[in-house]
Amino acid sequence: MPPGRSVAGSPTVIRINDVSKRFKIYKDKSLKERVVNFRRSRDHAEDFWALRNVSAEVGAGETLGLIGANGSGKSTLLKIIGGILTPSEGFVERRGRLAALLELGAGFHGDLTGRENVYLNASILGLTTKQIDRYFDEIVDFSGIEEFIDTQVKFYSSGMYVRLAFAVAVHVDPEILLVDEVLAVGDEPYQRKCMDKIKQFQREGRTIVFVTHGLDQVRQLCDRVIMLDHGDVKVNGTPIDAIRAFRDQYDEQELADSQLLEEHGRLECLSPIRILDLNGNPTTRFRPGDGLAIEYDVRSHKPTDDWDAGVQITNHLDLTVYGVNTRLMDITLPPIDGRRTIRYAFDGIPMVEGQYFITVAVHPRVGPEYHRIDRGASFKVYSDTEDDGVIYMRPKFDLLPD
Amino acid sequence: MAFDTQTRGDEPHGKTHATAHGAAPGHRSGMVRDLPMERVSAKPAFLRGFIPTVQDVWAYRELLGQLVRKELKIKYKDSVLGFFWTLLRPLLMLLVYSIAIGTFLGNSKNIPEFGVFLYTGLLAWALFTDIIGGCTGTIISNAGLVKKVYFPRELFPLSVVGAAFINFLLQFVVLIGAYVVTWHPPTFSTDLLLVPLAVLVMVFFAFALGLVLGAVNVYLRDVEYLVEVTLLLWFWMTPIVYDWTKVHNKMVCQGGNSLAAVRGLQGYNHLPPIGSVKSENACYITDNHLIHVFQIYLANPMANVVLAFQRALWPGGRTEKGSPFYYSGDLFIRLGVLLGVCVVLVWIAQRIFARAQGNFAQEL
Repeated sequence: MPPGRSVAGSPTVIRINDVSKRFKIYKDKSLKERVVNFRRSRDHAEDFWALRNVSAEVGAGETLGLIGANGSGKSTLLKIIGGILTPSEGFVERRGRLAALLELGAGFHGDLTGRENVYLNASILGLTTKQIDRYFDEIVDFSGIEEFIDTQVKFYSSGMYVRLAFAVAVHVDPEILLVDEVLAVGDEPYQRKCMDKIKQFQREGRTIVFVTHGLDQVRQLCDRVIMLDHGDVKVNGTPIDAIRAFRDQYDEQELADSQLLEEHGRLECLSPIRILDLNGNPTTRFRPGDGLAIEYDVRSHKPTDDWDAGVQITNHLDLTVYGVNTRLMDITLPPIDGRRTIRYAFDGIPMVEGQYFITVAVHPRVGPEYHRIDRGASFKVYSDTEDDGVIYMRPKFDLLPD
Repeated sequence: MAFDTQTRGDEPHGKTHATAHGAAPGHRSGMVRDLPMERVSAKPAFLRGFIPTVQDVWAYRELLGQLVRKELKIKYKDSVLGFFWTLLRPLLMLLVYSIAIGTFLGNSKNIPEFGVFLYTGLLAWALFTDIIGGCTGTIISNAGLVKKVYFPRELFPLSVVGAAFINFLLQFVVLIGAYVVTWHPPTFSTDLLLVPLAVLVMVFFAFALGLVLGAVNVYLRDVEYLVEVTLLLWFWMTPIVYDWTKVHNKMVCQGGNSLAAVRGLQGYNHLPPIGSVKSENACYITDNHLIHVFQIYLANPMANVVLAFQRALWPGGRTEKGSPFYYSGDLFIRLGVLLGVCVVLVWIAQRIFARAQGNFAQEL
């Protein structure tokens, strides 16, 4: 837990007590179908457990992140905390006023003007008319769409719509704020604005629970993270722990997917891609700055002299950390007939902690590539430190004397 | 691992907020400490739980106001005539019925100020159908909100009631206009008190039905169509476009005095006054089992409401020619009893609604 935001001894604001949520999935909806299938309708209902025995507590001023793959139950849990869904078993207790930003502009009505929608939406989020009167100019100012405030929102661009909705949302004054992937929309400046506002909420000591797929956001904002997997709590701990578990889970899937390899073209990259340290020992665990070697075999179906071999390292966001090939390195490869081994050795990988994936490919000097293996192998970088970004470049810190 | 870094205090950029503003949370958590821990969406006890909901709704009264405003604004948004449609609809019905039933079927010859007579009934009926129809669809049409935001779901049907009531007041203005035109306002008497009483009965009754129908409609979409058909039937079960004495004559006098009944259908001019206090004189047969059926007919809350409206607001009923069609039974007692029943109905309906609403978000 970050210093200064310690919640030890702070009162519990949300208590999730052994909550389970079962959805019954019926396949018929109309009276006729129900009457016709009356006998069988029980069999036709399928049970689906969106959450199973989830317990957790959130202290005042704490920021809790909920992560997990799609369908893991994050949003369901958030809605149960918000009172929108009722748990099938267990219960949730909480204190203080709550505002749920599950969707920006959820209460917006296209036929109303921006002004009318501000009043409607703000009162949905729990502001009194007096408060809205007081904040109104501020809200409009924040949204930056003064000119259109008396236009019906159905004529707004999606950007304007979101900006106005967000402006309203940030002016609510709750003890508890529930946020569901609201931060994932909009352009960059808007996202930054969202972040700043969330951070301001944190400084003000509000309790925040949010659902996100952005692991960077989790790192930046959360004090604690719950990772859900098919309705079970897999991890309830520090952001680092949860992110690690989350990536491990992804990893298994990625590797399985990459087994589908196509055989076409004159050349083929062969699995497996080998990841070694500089002494030639296979490993997948590195520290920032360690040496790394990547080896893979290439096989030709027909002899050729028109070929290049490349390698690419991507991170969990599919961002290319580094990529190179023999053409870019101005290396002319000798003709290939049969099987050869490619080796790329890096003296040091100055990368921050995380999981990285390796893609290899062979291609002619001009034209479409012969073959590639997407994310055919992965390795992890562990560091003792917590860093943001991609490149590991710990600076020296000094507080200069006055 | 995270702890190592933090004790060294060299947090990466992303977390500097945490260190920089450490003091504030204590302040706010101190305030939170004083607040009670509350169970979220607790399973409602069937008997208790009504009062807390009422308190909850009261706390959200400003939102209710906004929702009513929204209902009214979006209804005729982008229409040139706007709110005039609120008036045009009942006026058009008035025109149709007064031609079809008044002129073609000849009722306007017997019933004085037939237009006002019709309008008083239509006025009440419009409020009733607006509430029932609106409530039935309200949860579904507000699905976006139901799934995304929490506030007492009762606000949706309540906002329908609010909007319908304001429409009702507007339509009432037309009636006042009619008094000016005919230069015959209703008599100022205690009967005028029947109007607020009847409105109360109607609003409670319609709201109770609306709550249940709105909730059930989420699970069974057929309800919407069922309601449409039922309302149509109900309309003809209520003495709005015809007068209640027709039913009375047909049922109560039929056995012994079929001639009167047959003639009754053709018109009342030839008959001794029937209905009101004088009905005993006209109806010589009283031990007819059909009288019970007539009592059932009169038990229809909407019949009572409409009869009360006609008695209070239809000046034609005070004329000698109109008096047979003017119901003089004890409407105050009848409506008083109905009001009590409807209050209980609202309570039951709300409890049903509360049970159902827990699953709204996932059923939509």
